[in-house]
Amino acid sequence: MKALSVSDLSKQYKNGVQALKSVNFEVNKGDFFALLGPNGAGKTTAIGIITSLVNKTSGSIQVFDSDIDHQLSLAKSYLGVVPQEINLNLFDKCINTLVNQAGFYGIPRSAAKKRAEDYLKQMNLWDKRNSNARDLSGGMKRRLMVARALVNKPRLLLLDEPTAGVDIETRRMMWNFLRELNEQGTTIILTTHYLEEAEQLCDRVAIIDEGEIIENDTMLNVLGKLKKEVFVLNIDGSIDVAPKIPRYETSLRSPREIEVSVSQSQGVNDIFTELKKLDIKVISMRNKTSRLEELFIELTNNRTKELEG
Amino acid sequence: MNAQMISMIALVRKETTRVLRIWVQTLIPPGITMSLYFIIFGTLIGRRIGEMDGYPYMEYIAPGLIMMSVITNSYGNVVGSFFNAKIQRHIEELLVSPMTEASIVIGYLAGGIIRGLFVAAVVSVIALFFTDLNIKYPLLTFVVVVMTAGVFSLAGLLNAIFAKKFDDIAVIPSFVLAPLTYLGGVFYTVSLLPDFWQTISRFNPILYMVNSMRYSVLGTSDIEIIDGMLMIVGFFILLLFTSIYLLKKGIGIRD
Repeated sequence: MKALSVSDLSKQYKNGVQALKSVNFEVNKGDFFALLGPNGAGKTTAIGIITSLVNKTSGSIQVFDSDIDHQLSLAKSYLGVVPQEINLNLFDKCINTLVNQAGFYGIPRSAAKKRAEDYLKQMNLWDKRNSNARDLSGGMKRRLMVARALVNKPRLLLLDEPTAGVDIETRRMMWNFLRELNEQGTTIILTTHYLEEAEQLCDRVAIIDEGEIIENDTMLNVLGKLKKEVFVLNIDGSIDVAPKIPRYETSLRSPREIEVSVSQSQGVNDIFTELKKLDIKVISMRNKTSRLEELFIELTNNRTKELEG
Repeated sequence: MNAQMISMIALVRKETTRVLRIWVQTLIPPGITMSLYFIIFGTLIGRRIGEMDGYPYMEYIAPGLIMMSVITNSYGNVVGSFFNAKIQRHIEELLVSPMTEASIVIGYLAGGIIRGLFVAAVVSVIALFFTDLNIKYPLLTFVVVVMTAGVFSLAGLLNAIFAKKFDDIAVIPSFVLAPLTYLGGVFYTVSLLPDFWQTISRFNPILYMVNSMRYSVLGTSDIEIIDGMLMIVGFFILLLFTSIYLLKKGIGIRD
């Protein structure tokens, strides 16, 4: 059974913007699925349609085999959603936000209170249970939204940039929590601008651009399509000019850092051999950006060129 | 209990808690406003007017003033709450949940009716300081208050559904609701008006609501009670199904 099937999904807004153009993708039960794309690519529209916050123009969506056109309430009972924008009732207490949300999902009040307590504790917000949402920091509001999305124990959790604007500590905490949740069986769809986040967490990825899916595969396969990676080598001592390494593109990032472009067919061993010959000792090496980020830029740039061409 | 019922009760509870939490904004102002009406129109001016339709003026206007506060507050409750939820976007809490549109409408409707009842109780208690309130048909009074509060809760919901900015929720109460209420026979019997204006007045639905209330309390009315009840029930059904239809279509809340 698929957790989500999206078929020929199109959306044209009243102002004429075609946000989605016959989009197709599937998410398997248990997947940690990344839906990536530049700003305005159609990610939020897709999530909006899946959660029934946006009306579709055409196409069909099934959540655990329940069609949203015919079994909307059942389909929605499987979902939990953390939207991109803060959409809390700022004058409600944190505990009430969760208890009410559970109530809207048909969970009896006594069970709702218990769940609210559990999720507030898991999100380190229990001390703030009687605070109004408006008194929380940005990171706390995000965590409260995650807790709210979980209160109905969704089988499919949709996270639209859940870590936008939160500090590193909170982001790491949320990563660990989401990983655990996924391991326990919850299917997760994540959109994020932090591609490192998607690379760390997700096992499948779809890239959407200008309303069309341009890549949809496992994370391993997608990363395997990366034609070129840029590494940063930290060296012992300093140099003024980038060393010349046959068949590799090099540049100097700083007197102690060399950038080397490595294509898919090249290994990295030759780099070290050549640098050794030049008496340059490498202390450490890292990717300049996340691999997914490089691929993302490569794919979206290629597409921009195609569309302009 | 059925999941839809639980979700509806959760929404009613939320809306009721809201009314009670901000009681200084929801219950005190109508009390103060109506006290002023009783003092100015009832005590000061009313003394010079004497009787209206065979009743002391203060006693005559009391049911209309109760109805006026019910109309204003039930409307204001739903238009404010729903529009605020739209602007802050926490309406999405309901829209992503499995609640049906009918449950959402009934939840807000109940919130508006409950505020209407609270306000009716507050204003009735205030009225007792100025006049005797011997209710002739208590059950009918209750039905008229609940149904009228329902009609205006639904009207408030429709206003909030279409509203895009705060101005949009202020226009209807100021330019439509207030004039219709004042011209709806709260302070006078339409039989005092020239024939032409009497006929015009009969197109004002609030006239039927105010007079239904007056009939249930005093036993006198400018209209037949059956016409009043048909008007109230007719509007209630029309607005209820329109609201559900609009929410189903996503008008004003989706896209």
